[in-house]
Amino acid sequence: MTGSKPLHSVVCIKQVPDSAQIRVHPVTNTIMRQGVPTIINPFDLFALEEALRLRDRLGGSVTVLCMGPMTAEDSLRKALTFGADRAVLLSDRYFAGSDTLATSYALSMALEQIGRTFGTPDVVFTGKQTIDGDTAQVGPGIARRLGYNQLTYISKIRELDPAAGVLTVERRAEGGTQVLETRLPVLITMLEGTNEMRRGGIDTALAAAKAEVTIWNAAAVGIEDLTRCGLRGSPTIVKKVFAPSARSEKAVMIPVEGTPYESARAVIEAMFARLPDVEAQLLETAAQSAY
Amino acid sequence: MSETEQDASPRFDAIVVGAGPSGNAAAYVMAREGLNVLQIERGEYSGSKNVQGAILYADALEKIIPEFRDEAPLERHVIEQRIWTMDDRSHTGVHYRSDDFNEEKPNRYTILRAQFDKWFNSRVRDAGATVLFETTVTELVRDLSGKVIGVRTDRSGNPIMAPVVVLAEGVNGLVGQRSGLREELKPDTVALAVKEMHFLPREVIEARFNLQGNEGVVIEAMGTITKGMTGTGFLYTNEESISIGIGCIVEDFVDSAETPYGLLEAFKNHPSIKPLLAGSEIKEYAAHLIPEGGYRAIPQLYGDGWLVVGDAGQFVNAVHREGSNLAMTTGRIAAETVVMLTRKREAMSAANLAAFARRLEETFVMKDLRKYKGIPNLLHGGKAQFFGTYPRLISQAMQTWFRVDGVDKKTKENAIARSFREARGWRGMIGDTFRLVRAWR
Repeated sequence: MTGSKPLHSVVCIKQVPDSAQIRVHPVTNTIMRQGVPTIINPFDLFALEEALRLRDRLGGSVTVLCMGPMTAEDSLRKALTFGADRAVLLSDRYFAGSDTLATSYALSMALEQIGRTFGTPDVVFTGKQTIDGDTAQVGPGIARRLGYNQLTYISKIRELDPAAGVLTVERRAEGGTQVLETRLPVLITMLEGTNEMRRGGIDTALAAAKAEVTIWNAAAVGIEDLTRCGLRGSPTIVKKVFAPSARSEKAVMIPVEGTPYESARAVIEAMFARLPDVEAQLLETAAQSAY
Repeated sequence: MSETEQDASPRFDAIVVGAGPSGNAAAYVMAREGLNVLQIERGEYSGSKNVQGAILYADALEKIIPEFRDEAPLERHVIEQRIWTMDDRSHTGVHYRSDDFNEEKPNRYTILRAQFDKWFNSRVRDAGATVLFETTVTELVRDLSGKVIGVRTDRSGNPIMAPVVVLAEGVNGLVGQRSGLREELKPDTVALAVKEMHFLPREVIEARFNLQGNEGVVIEAMGTITKGMTGTGFLYTNEESISIGIGCIVEDFVDSAETPYGLLEAFKNHPSIKPLLAGSEIKEYAAHLIPEGGYRAIPQLYGDGWLVVGDAGQFVNAVHREGSNLAMTTGRIAAETVVMLTRKREAMSAANLAAFARRLEETFVMKDLRKYKGIPNLLHGGKAQFFGTYPRLISQAMQTWFRVDGVDKKTKENAIARSFREARGWRGMIGDTFRLVRAWR
């Protein structure tokens, strides 16, 4: 680091129900969240890995921030196991039922408190969106409130010059990739598939298991006006939840006959019959690799 | 390993491999008694990889966490036990239901392991143990004399050192196997069980099984449902779901070419079971191995710097469908042994850790397993009659006896006696009875 203070990144993560395992109650038709395993919003993991890579290159520290119920501590601890340096849980019953407006307000207040406690964040990361809300609004909402520059849909951080306070990124846009430059501090929302989450070593895992997660309620981050939080601070109203109608495509049943080899062959032939391009491509690849 | 590597290694008083009932019991007791404990679990959380019916036997847990009823996620307390012998269209049952089981501190509960284990492990962490998830122990680290002094994991970095490693790694026991502490599982001493969880509204469960509040029913079944293989089926009532499963000895699956899911499908569609599940929605599907070799399959349980507890030590009473209580008890006693040696500043040598095995001998664990040591061989050897012939004969006898069709009772009695005689012969029946009584004693 050539700058006066070490780089501080904060990654906002959300604990979400594993959408692959959600069931609809057969009687009441409501979503059954009870017993559904929770995961870190998958998009947020790309943000976290990108923050960790910045730290690898430039030093400094990575803080993870999560707003949610007390059980969200599991997700924060997991983020620590990946390699984050500290974790903050923003939890208060007044936050229950927050929409994107109330959430970005609460998170921006927590980020300011993080600034007062652990040093002002230079880069705030979020995932592009969450898998349970799908709005992609919270990141920009935080940037606006904090007065940070915002870079959304980022696929790569090319360069960060802490001394000059300048950041260069690649952004996915229609028809191509934009290369953008901006000044710190900045909020970045990361695209999916842009990197691969590391696996923390044994020392990281041990430190994470023993780490204390900082837990703050509304008052602890300086929120006085509770009408801006939770259901009361959320102008969005969910009018109805319904299941989409079933897709019209039918599964094709292939009877199992003969040896496993023959069965596998039947499956592959059926796939190729529907996807001739894939077959052509595979044959081409095979032909090339043969040389 | 080099000395510098050792110096840089994290150190603990004890390492527990696995976070099932035995590992959680061991880690909890050692941590509570002030030891610096590291528990390593390969799953994402305790319970994420653990599969059981599941029944919790209160006594074993009460000896570890007396106030568990106030906080553990329990489904229903069992007030009725049904034991069925089945042929393809009928079941003959012994049911025992008692209001005595509606006691202040019930004796048995149905549980969901994913939730229960998570709770148990939270108590382990509250007691002060360090718990690593998503971390697999790959091998035991030994010193030059062969004594176990730590573990290596699949995470990068130095090995982790401890004077004693408690292997609570479950039925497969890969670490112990790889380290040559025990042999590979044998197909004739391990059962493969599959189960499904079916969602049903609690009012429906209560009406269907004649229950109130948190009362629960357990059905254990044997007979033609296992198609002549050594095995049993079960159905347990949870708060808002039903657990149903069936399992057989692996060797029998291999010989018969039957599939576990095929058996479960047939069991679910049995006319005695189907109405109990009607209208339910399947929530989850799981499969698991159960060590059912009994007393004779128990491996070496201790050595220099290591102990084995739970399924890894084959601690399952297949006759009484008990396992988790044996797991918790062996975990607790292993922990108490380690705590005692640590306090006395004595070495974790094989000679000192032998106290673990000696103490186990005084408990129900070894007494029960020894009592039934002949049962696995008997049932497996006589599987055709015990899981086919007799259940069929019993069903036929019941039908003959209860059907009123103008035939006089004496003739019916003779017909029933003749059906048994023709199926097994006097000699066969006397032999079966003799062997069963001898194995049971």
